[in-house]
Amino acid sequence: MSRLSALIARETTLAWGRGGGPLVALGFYAGVATFLPLAIGPQHDRLAGIATGAAWVALTLASLLSLERMFERDYEDGALDLLLLSPVPLELTCAVKCLGQWLATGAPLAFAAPIAAIGLGADPGLSPLIFLCALLGGLAFAFIGGIGAALSLGARRGGLLTAVIVLPLFVPPVIFGGGALANFAGGLPWTGGIAFLGAYAAAAVAFGPLAMAAACRNALS
Amino acid sequence: MSWAPAFLSNPDRFMAFSRWAAPMFGLIALGLAVVGLYLGFTAPEDYQQGQTVRIMFIHVPAAQMSMFAYACLGVASFLSLIFRHTLADCAAQAAAPLGAAFTFLALVTGSLWGRPMWGTWWEWDGRLTSVLVMFLLYIAYMALRASMDDEVKAARAAAILALVGSINLPIIHFSVEWWNSIHQGSSIFRKDGPSMPAVFWVPLLLMALAYMSAFGSLWLVRIRGEVWRRKAEIAAQRAARD
Repeated sequence: MSRLSALIARETTLAWGRGGGPLVALGFYAGVATFLPLAIGPQHDRLAGIATGAAWVALTLASLLSLERMFERDYEDGALDLLLLSPVPLELTCAVKCLGQWLATGAPLAFAAPIAAIGLGADPGLSPLIFLCALLGGLAFAFIGGIGAALSLGARRGGLLTAVIVLPLFVPPVIFGGGALANFAGGLPWTGGIAFLGAYAAAAVAFGPLAMAAACRNALS
Repeated sequence: MSWAPAFLSNPDRFMAFSRWAAPMFGLIALGLAVVGLYLGFTAPEDYQQGQTVRIMFIHVPAAQMSMFAYACLGVASFLSLIFRHTLADCAAQAAAPLGAAFTFLALVTGSLWGRPMWGTWWEWDGRLTSVLVMFLLYIAYMALRASMDDEVKAARAAAILALVGSINLPIIHFSVEWWNSIHQGSSIFRKDGPSMPAVFWVPLLLMALAYMSAFGSLWLVRIRGEVWRRKAEIAAQRAARD
């Protein structure tokens, strides 16, 4: 167990400190949220209609950012080889890496998402639901994103490739979270979307590490 | 058909089989397409859709093949990942661009049909969107393969991605259906028989078979090309070493 806790401490510290950690993701998020009104126009009613959706899309994009370095640095300096040799199964190591990613970018972004949505003109009453969606969605984004990051190890243009691989797989969580938010704003039943989002995140947590570990073993072979 | 992968897994047997099977499937496809298109274009106009009903003969089989090709890609990737079989990897690699082409054709013809019938080039409807996402998955698969120099690693990474994609495809399909749907349901494979008259479903069936044969023929040709390319590469490496 001490091995595992050491691993958790290592991954969280790395994710938190890696290239600015959550600050970069938050800065990017704030930048995208600022650009939307500049591109769409400052009319309040028009912005309010798309506020939650825009906050949600910006969140998806921001969670792509730090994926590139998730495995790459350990792969380049040989730490991934050592992790492969450790008695902790590689699947668990990958899951811990994703958890670190979630804690370092998903969770801080979940706090920023309601602020961005309110800034764009959403009803402040939506904030708890936006926070919950961002938290659950961030978990799914981290574990699905990890698959893309592990698959593009050793590829040229790894960062862009990760985004191309991962974006189609982000479709279900984006739809479920966006649907729940839109339904809640419109006074329709919204629990279904949250339940599906949670189910997708749970499935990603359960099965994602298998694909990640297979991809890492392939990259290291 | 379960004997087919086992029988064809021997590369020599595969090359001997595909040598005559590829042109044969091509000829069958050509014959079926000529008859199917003739019947399709001489069929009476639909009382609602008018002339545009003829787009269906190009569009529906393309949409079917886009999914069938992904199924082929998934099975071939599974075989190449589990048994580390080179020929299965060639098959997966060869299926992806064909599947992407059929998906693109389905999207374009659907858009051309949608303009007069729905009054819009594109509708963010469940089925259209899930086909578009499938196109993105094909692109991701090809991009991953293209960006790795080590072919063995590229093959295994791409196979993992294809399997992750095939697990996700039903979920993506479900999610976009849940999100929005106006596309009509299936009108051929129904318990109470086809819901369209024979003048329409006969050419449609012929075109579906033609597309299937064309895919088979092109797939075999592409696998053969891939086998030859790899043989040539090995020969070049040997020559460089000696």
